[in-house]
Amino acid sequence: MIARGNPSLTIGVTTVVAVVLAAILGPLLFRADPLSIDLANILAGPSRAHPFGCDALGRDVLARVLWGARLSLSISTIVVAISLVVGSVIGATAALSGGRIDNLVMRGVDIFLAFPGILLAIALAAILGPGLIDLVIALTAMGWTGYARIVRGEVLTLRGRECVLAAETLGAKNSRLLMRHLLPGVVGPLAVQATFGIGGIIGAEAALSFLGLGAIPPTPSWGNMLDAGRAFLLVAPHLTTAPGLAIGFSILGFNLLGDGIAQKVGHRA
Amino acid sequence: MKNYLVRRLLALVPVALGVATLTFAIIHLVPGDPVIAMLGETAAPADIVGMRHQLGLDRPLPAQYVAYLGGLAIGDLGESISYRKPVSRLIAERFPATIELAAAGMLVAVLLAFPLGLIAGANPGGAGDLGAMGFAIVGISVPHIYLGPLLMILFSLDLRWLPLTGRGGIAHLVLPAITLGTALAAILARMLRQSLIRVRASDYMRTALSKGLSARAALVRHGLKNALTSVVTIIGLQMGALLSGTLIIEIIFSWPGIGRLLISAIGSRDYPVVQGCVLTFAMTYVVVNLATDLVYAIIDPRVRVS
Repeated sequence: MIARGNPSLTIGVTTVVAVVLAAILGPLLFRADPLSIDLANILAGPSRAHPFGCDALGRDVLARVLWGARLSLSISTIVVAISLVVGSVIGATAALSGGRIDNLVMRGVDIFLAFPGILLAIALAAILGPGLIDLVIALTAMGWTGYARIVRGEVLTLRGRECVLAAETLGAKNSRLLMRHLLPGVVGPLAVQATFGIGGIIGAEAALSFLGLGAIPPTPSWGNMLDAGRAFLLVAPHLTTAPGLAIGFSILGFNLLGDGIAQKVGHRA
Repeated sequence: MKNYLVRRLLALVPVALGVATLTFAIIHLVPGDPVIAMLGETAAPADIVGMRHQLGLDRPLPAQYVAYLGGLAIGDLGESISYRKPVSRLIAERFPATIELAAAGMLVAVLLAFPLGLIAGANPGGAGDLGAMGFAIVGISVPHIYLGPLLMILFSLDLRWLPLTGRGGIAHLVLPAITLGTALAAILARMLRQSLIRVRASDYMRTALSKGLSARAALVRHGLKNALTSVVTIIGLQMGALLSGTLIIEIIFSWPGIGRLLISAIGSRDYPVVQGCVLTFAMTYVVVNLATDLVYAIIDPRVRVS
């Protein structure tokens, strides 16, 4: 798994494993309630009972960061999984159909891509209102196009290969062509894209929750914790530091992992 | 070049139409009745009817669509519910602030990226490379919503060097621009390093060196120029992240641009303003992309033919 001469992969794997473990085991080991309000501890600094201090309602910041990790990682995994499947199916369909359908699909992709960055997700979240399911829909609408383009491009390239032409001549159906001959070639670039994608969605989810368009308080999410911390930058900077570092480390881990996988499979996203 | 320009402009038409159609759909995708969503459950029936008429929602859908596109053609984006002003005027008042922020962010990105990329690309694997690329990967990973507050704590609250929020002179622009430009700087620096490494292995670099050019002169005169094309492409691709980044930055630093207008309009369910802002962002992005491609075509003539 861990390759020599590929420090990105090593550090990336380590960081991602640490973040995932924190999300899964953290709330089990550190049992403070992320929602319980304690007026005696409002804006309290770090202490033994509350290692990351407490927020404006006296809630434990470490507990909220750990629960936030669960939310952030599960949302980004779900969004990337759906985007990957939807994007791949659309991209492969376009490439295999060719002609008019291909043209139509790619123009559709162009229209989606005309909405810069998280704007499409913001617009959709604005329409649908805040909430976790709506958040997943909004982020997926933003994410699927990348996978569609990769799969379409790879399928078009691979289609010209002799082995695929031979299989086609022998009468293999589109579905068989896709599964046996085309899919294996697409896995590498898709893995790279999906790994960077998880990092990207972690950032996008945090941004939407920060804007009040994602997870609804009191549900702890890194984005709404950062938003709540803005009012107390001077008196309680720990409210900003804890979720900020959590987002930064998670994205860094997935970026390094993506870099590492890219080096390994020889593909750039 | 003229052919290329015409072709690119024609390709723009379906995208622009698609973007307009999607923004038109915004108000119709609101679950339930958008007018009740805007006015609240307790609104008087007469007000609801009046608002529905004002927004044209009492007309058949095709007629609304045609009217919407017709309005766009003459720059009419409808009227804001909460400001009671034309949406186009609200946007026009705030657009320069957003562009100023985006341009400043781009400037920061380029100013940071070139030294970093050159240091890294001049001696890959060396200490400078490791340092520059370490900075780059951290720069890409730090989200705006953390970098912004971090810079505020450091430079506004602790050191008191720079103003905390708002728009004014250059001093107000520094922190928002750094927050916005850092990630792009990191991406550009990585790209520049990559292309420099590729360019260094090329035949024309070997020629330049064998002609007796110093390594530095060869790198700057021949290498950098060729490495630039891919950097320009990345700048174009990253304009989207930069533009949508302004949205977040405007909220963090209370910057009076269309990003803040959009977010406050979402809060007050002022759908005509939401539509107008989303459309403006998307169309700005489309135009900027076109401009990047044209710059690219000027730098690299091969693009025009293919």
